Amino acid sequence: MKVPPGLSAKDFSDVVKQWTEIVGKEWIFTSDEDVEMYRDYYSPLWHEDNDPVPSAAVAPDGVEQIQAVLKVANEYKVPLWTISTGKNLGYGGSAPLLSGSAVLDLKRMNRVLEVNDKNHYALVEPGVSYFDLYRYIRQHNLKVWLDPPDPGWGSPVGNSLDRGGGYTPMRDHFDNHCGMEVVLANGEVIRTGMGALPGSKTWQQYKYGFGPYIDGMFSQSNFGVVTKMGFWLLPEPEAYLSGTVTVPKHDDIYKMVEVFAYLVDSSIVQATTLITSPLWYVRNDPELTGIREHGTTQDLDAYAARKGAAYWSVSLPFYGPAKVVAAQWEFAKEKFSAAIPGAKFLDGASYRFPLSDEQVAKMADTVPFGIPSLSIFSMIGKNIGHLGFSPIIPMTGEAVLESQRVFTQVYRDLGSPEGEAASFPVFSFFARAFVNIYLFPIEHDVEKNRKTREIYRRLIKESAARGWGEYRTHTTFMKDIAETYSFNNHSLLRFHEMIKDAVDPNGILSPGKSGIWPKRMRTAKA
Amino acid sequence: MRLPPGVSAGDFSAAIKELESAIGKEWVFTSDEDVNLYRDSYSPFWHENQEPIPSAAFAPDSVEQVQAVVRIANRYKIPLWTISTGKNLGYGGSAPLLNGSAVLDLKRMNRVLEVNDKNHYALVEPGVSYFDLYRHIRDRDLPVWIDPPDPGWGSPMGNALERGGGYTPMRDHFDAHCGMEVVLPDGELVRTGMGALPTAKTWQQYRYGFGPYMDGMFSQSNLGVVTKMGFWLQPQPDAYLSGSVTVPKHDDLTPLVEIFANLMNSGVVQATTTVVSPLAYSRDPELVKLRASGSTRDLEDYAGQKGIGYWSVSLPLYGPEKVIAAQWEYAKQKFSAAIPGATFRDGASYKFPLTEEQLTKIVNPVPFGVPSLQTFSIGGPKSQGHMWFSPIIPMTGEAVIEAQSVFDKVAQSLGYVTGTTGFPIWNFFARAFVIIYFFPIEHDIEKNRRSREIFRRLIKTAAEHGWGEYRTHTAFMGDIMDAYSFNNHSLLRFHETVKDALDPNGILSAGKNGIWPKSMRKAGA
Amino acid sequence: MNMKKAAVLLILMLTAATFAWAGPPQEKDSQLERGHKVYDKWCFPCHGTGVGKPGTDALKARGQNPAVLEERTDLTAALINTVVRHGVGFMPVFRKTEISDAELDAIDAYLMRNNKK
Repeated sequence: MKVPPGLSAKDFSDVVKQWTEIVGKEWIFTSDEDVEMYRDYYSPLWHEDNDPVPSAAVAPDGVEQIQAVLKVANEYKVPLWTISTGKNLGYGGSAPLLSGSAVLDLKRMNRVLEVNDKNHYALVEPGVSYFDLYRYIRQHNLKVWLDPPDPGWGSPVGNSLDRGGGYTPMRDHFDNHCGMEVVLANGEVIRTGMGALPGSKTWQQYKYGFGPYIDGMFSQSNFGVVTKMGFWLLPEPEAYLSGTVTVPKHDDIYKMVEVFAYLVDSSIVQATTLITSPLWYVRNDPELTGIREHGTTQDLDAYAARKGAAYWSVSLPFYGPAKVVAAQWEFAKEKFSAAIPGAKFLDGASYRFPLSDEQVAKMADTVPFGIPSLSIFSMIGKNIGHLGFSPIIPMTGEAVLESQRVFTQVYRDLGSPEGEAASFPVFSFFARAFVNIYLFPIEHDVEKNRKTREIYRRLIKESAARGWGEYRTHTTFMKDIAETYSFNNHSLLRFHEMIKDAVDPNGILSPGKSGIWPKRMRTAKA
Repeated sequence: MRLPPGVSAGDFSAAIKELESAIGKEWVFTSDEDVNLYRDSYSPFWHENQEPIPSAAFAPDSVEQVQAVVRIANRYKIPLWTISTGKNLGYGGSAPLLNGSAVLDLKRMNRVLEVNDKNHYALVEPGVSYFDLYRHIRDRDLPVWIDPPDPGWGSPMGNALERGGGYTPMRDHFDAHCGMEVVLPDGELVRTGMGALPTAKTWQQYRYGFGPYMDGMFSQSNLGVVTKMGFWLQPQPDAYLSGSVTVPKHDDLTPLVEIFANLMNSGVVQATTTVVSPLAYSRDPELVKLRASGSTRDLEDYAGQKGIGYWSVSLPLYGPEKVIAAQWEYAKQKFSAAIPGATFRDGASYKFPLTEEQLTKIVNPVPFGVPSLQTFSIGGPKSQGHMWFSPIIPMTGEAVIEAQSVFDKVAQSLGYVTGTTGFPIWNFFARAFVIIYFFPIEHDIEKNRRSREIFRRLIKTAAEHGWGEYRTHTAFMGDIMDAYSFNNHSLLRFHETVKDALDPNGILSAGKNGIWPKSMRKAGA
Repeated sequence: MNMKKAAVLLILMLTAATFAWAGPPQEKDSQLERGHKVYDKWCFPCHGTGVGKPGTDALKARGQNPAVLEERTDLTAALINTVVRHGVGFMPVFRKTEISDAELDAIDAYLMRNNKK
């Protein structure tokens, strides 16, 4: 049996014994075989010694059991690592950051506590998946949409705490939460926002409550164990319409993004989309490769014109009443046309809701229509797993170009495990900034993974040097990224540490998460 | 010279000397004449002994000076009370909650640091007012809107930190902020969100940064002194259109609010409006009699005869002309289908920018991003001030009717002549209503005593129904925090844990929102 | 009224009295200009002309004619200073970090510019 750092085998067997009494024999896992299942299947440290392995996993079912588990953990100073559905693949999956931590697995807490289709919200436990919530809504025939991220087996609670994004107008998952219940490290249960009012009628309708609004502290953090969380849902829209805008020239990106930002910031476009260059996907044309390496912007423009390809494209998703979305698309076309000579427009998919089962069956990707799916895994392709590098960059054409250039250069310098440097698609998962999401392949191959980590770390550095930071990362890189957020001698991190010490003095909750270590494990540096 | 509680005269004068050298003699106020300027002009304790009066005021002009003040205050354990523009009238103005606190007045930090009209944001200091920011934007002819609250002399930062609301689609002011710089109680300076990244390019474009998202803990709190804050602005919209919906029967309120909530939550309606009963205002003697003793049916008949409707809501729409026209058409369809007898009236309609001439004719320009002081006419020309009772209630017809009847009973049982019925129900926030009850403040001890009694009774009654207030005057902060008592006040105790860790000397805004430093905390809270 | 204010007022009065033959016109102009600017920033939003000006409305309701401060010829520095530093009705107090003593003097000069000598 693996033992958590700092504990004797005897202590740990006491712990396990006490936990067993709390959760029942069935819900404590200590055998190698069982514990192995909590390792990160997409670990960039696969087959390496520093791949974190948990010592045990404990799966309480209910707030009281969590409180009891924490009490024991405090007494013996057992480091825990909290997971909800544990499907945070690409970011660490169900594995802890600190090897030997015991996983606090909340998957059994999987109750949909309420879905309201008049005020459009849900209250769920951490083990509820997007699939579960979707099924519940379907079964009860409620006219509301959830907003799934790419993979549907994750947890709305977990995804929003990790500040993930989706595709519909409710795409910023943390922003669309409303109300939390949290078990603090000392076992105390708090409810935030209006939930602090006993018998509250608006826990899922008004976020802030009275006094400090502390929900954000529990996101990407290790300050508490969230046991309930409310979410705002979108009333089922009447219709969907998507239109694609293409522009002919390299330098059209400036105006294109400017008009796009105007539309997004005016709430005319409210959902997630992608800015891309059709040229990025041309991989085997030596002419283009040559131009990429030695050509000018004009050469690229000329190449695109010869091939009849647009230089840039963005498709705009609209959700709402049929006549409203039509008017929004018309307005967008006017704006782009006025700003960019040669802009072209293509009407895309258009739907009325609810979709029929037959329509759904034909869709490759149902996620933008509030239907969770796993189709993302077929898009990613042949690799065993993936790892996301995701810097936030300004919503400007300049930043798009600069980030492509900088990141491509890293590949030129370091080489790539997969051949030619890829492009870095530009997403609008969040309201007013872009995020580049580049997926690294993960293999069960030590050498390739080592290279990937080297490139990843260089990308973090190059980003930070330009004032771009990552919004989220795999456990392996949390420390690297936290260190780049270093304004005033790491004052924000030191502030987080002060809070950590105050609310979790024994340092039992998720040590190392987002770079925050409890006092007893903190390195002298920083 | 008045002294802060627990500070000796010797220590205080030593502190004052240090402060004078840190921020300049001119900006350390200790004379009665100067310090009196910091009293709450709308105090519900006017002429009473409990009115909190500051001991001094310090007005630094830079982050470094704020850090210096905070460090000196720590050394001498001087309780500070932070204000930005100090115009938080109705909620305490520029006066502290704890008698004898020294006011940390940030009004001199009034620089507009950046306004970006491509990514639509502003970065400002605490002393910048809505008027200042508006003027800055106008002078440069930038096509962006700010979202002012009712009075324009307040601070975008202060208002957002107090979680105030406005009228345009950016109406939730805290929600529209992006990035903070904060001086912690120990004098350390942090930047939140992307601001923690040196040379950050997206401090005002992406809120969360990496790791815990801390901004909310500095709102309605005493855990730090915010010295810079970013705000998302709205690109100047093309056009505005308002349409009003009127329904004939009392029970129509339920479907009216249901459709309204659907439109709001779908993003079809994105701005602040009110649900009102046209029957609540008229002084027609016949109606006054019906209101007092008539049945619901009588009132419906009266509304029918006069053609005024039982309930009404107007929908403010901002955006491209054709889009908002389509939104209004869609809303009409929805209401018509659900409520027989619903009627519709087209209201004001504008194209932006407004001309100077148009502006001079608009009584209340606030919904068009133009700050104003028009709201101060609310109590009438003889008014001496006001304060607000503002519970959050569910966005349902049932809750509106229940809340009005419950609060009315409280007012009547205490013989409150004006009554509370008919105060409009607002949607300053996305998915809940807030009722805003107006209390006049008078320079009359007896009347204020009575107002406070009613106010406290309303807090209790609201809490019994599961409704809590979103914000309050310093005089009632303790009462309201007490109502948020789930699990033996565990949230308050959590705030106290954090307070003690960050501010062990308890120097920042003691008592704010019910949070006291350890040394001043009552046993067994 | 404190001594400092009285002294400033005295100087202002002397300046006004002597202006016709010897006063430094630029100085007075710049003081008026400054007063006008401060007035625009701090007073106009409530006391100006046009709709939605509660200060003007309140004075009108009290029978003050003219109700717009800029149009009056009977204001004294003592009155203006008392109102600004002590409030009246729903008009709150203004602190020295908002309107400094020097700015208040400038407002006084501006609002008294048309007073009968």
